[in-house]
Formats: sequence, structure tokens, C-alpha cells
Amino acid sequence: MNLSKHLLLTGLLAGLAYGGQAAPQSFDFKDPKSVNNAIFQLDAPLESINGSANGISGTVTFDPENPAAVTGKIIVTTASLTVPNPLQNTHLHGPNWLDAAQFPEISFEAKSLANVKTADNVTTGDLTGTFTLKGVAKDITVPVKLTYLKDKLSARVPNLKGDLLVIRANFPINREDFNIQPGQYEDKVSTTINLSLAIAGASPQP
Amino acid sequence: MKRTLQLLALLILLATAATWLGTGASRGWTKTSVAVKTLDEVTGIEGITYQKKFLPGVDFLGAGTALAVGLAGASLFFRKPTNRKQQPN
Repeated sequence: MNLSKHLLLTGLLAGLAYGGQAAPQSFDFKDPKSVNNAIFQLDAPLESINGSANGISGTVTFDPENPAAVTGKIIVTTASLTVPNPLQNTHLHGPNWLDAAQFPEISFEAKSLANVKTADNVTTGDLTGTFTLKGVAKDITVPVKLTYLKDKLSARVPNLKGDLLVIRANFPINREDFNIQPGQYEDKVSTTINLSLAIAGASPQP
Repeated sequence: MKRTLQLLALLILLATAATWLGTGASRGWTKTSVAVKTLDEVTGIEGITYQKKFLPGVDFLGAGTALAVGLAGASLFFRKPTNRKQQPN
């Protein structure tokens, strides 16, 4: 076998291997349309405190053939958390609550996905990872729903081909676990913070 | 002066109540922006943006009422003007 035939055969085998087994894809969650958001809600006597954050970034590696192997890190900019009341907004970012100046990021780093169920393009499971808020890192497990949208990137961002991955998660955390006013204002603001995440990441392809 | 303070108190009370009622009589805290949701049809995600809008709440109503009560209370420190008749010597 001469050199050109050997190279052709190697290329053919590599092509077959690539086509027959999908590789993990990297999804970027910096959303150009600023639709990605995290909603938070705390109960309070007069009315619940509802707000959202849209300063979301991060990367997730997802293999449609092996959804359980999902890994990655999602980051929320603390300063992007917003509530409609200006005084509450100031308190929220201030040193007594989230201290956005000293702790500019809130993050979740995924480690493993358990109880995985996949139907069509939707995978559900319990995602375990490290949640970091106000400098306190804690391992938590949250139920997630991953929706893989193949070839849908161009429908959202013209001139870009590729796939989308939508991640949805709803879970509560206890603010006292993350050193947010522990033992304080329990009669005015609940210790439980309900979080709801709805984000889409893009995996552009050439 | 007494009459002026009382009229001002009444005006503030009416203006506060009218503003609060006219903007939906919100029983929550005052808001300076409202969340606007837009659906991304490809992903099904509801994006949230904030639009500047003043929405007075019960704290606004309370502050306006307190100011009106304060002015009405202050008016009590002023005597009602009286027409003095000169006593014949």
C-alpha cells in the first residue's frame, strides 16, 4: 500500500468514526438576545419579593448520545439581580445581603447527573454540583430538564448554524446556608429563596 | 395660616389617594419599574426586561397620609383669626 492510499484509508476510517459517534458539544450560555434569566422569589408579609437576573454566562458540555455526562458551569452576575422596588434593590446589592461588590458572581458548577430519563430530545434528571453564593460553596442536587434543539441556532441567530441546549431548573435554597443575614429578619423575609432558571446555550458549527 | 395648612393637608391627602387609586391601588411596595415578559419562540423561554414605570404602593399612600395628618396637626398650633372689636372707653 502506497502512502496516498494509506492516508485515504485513515481519513475514511476517521470520518466513519466521527459520523457514527456524536462527540460532546460545548454550549455557550452568553445569550446575544438577553433572554436567558434566573428568577428568584422570597416570601414576605406584605408581598413576596420577586426579581430576576439576566447577566448569565458559562459553558456546558453536553453529548446528545450520552446526556448523563453533562458537565459545565453557569455564572450569574450578582449586580444583574433586579427587583422593581428601588430601596429593596439597593439593599439586595448591599454588603448586608448579597454584597455584589465583594462577591460579583453567583455560580453553579455541574458535576454529575443521576436518575436520567430521555425521551426524544428532552432529558430530565437530578443534577449535582457546587452552588456558590456570597463566597459560600455548597454541594446541592437540583432537578433539571435539558432540551436539545438540533440545528435550531439559525432560527434564533441568523447566519449561524448549530444546535441549542435549553436548561430549566426550579429549586429552593436557604439564604442562611450562604451567610445571607443568618438569623436576621426571619419575620420580614423568608429564609427560603425559590430559584427558577431558564437558559439557552448555543453550539455554533462551521 | 391655619386655614392654609388645613387646605394643603386636604390637597395632599386627595392627591395621594387619587394617584394611588388611579395607578391600580397596588397593595404592595412602591415600584419604579415593572417586569415585561417576552417569549422566545425557538427556545420557549420567557425573557424578562424592566420598563421604567412609577407604581405607587401602600408606602406611598402611608407617607402621603402621614404628611397630610402632620400638616393638619400643625395647623392646630395656629389660632383662628378673629375680628377684634374695639371696646368703648
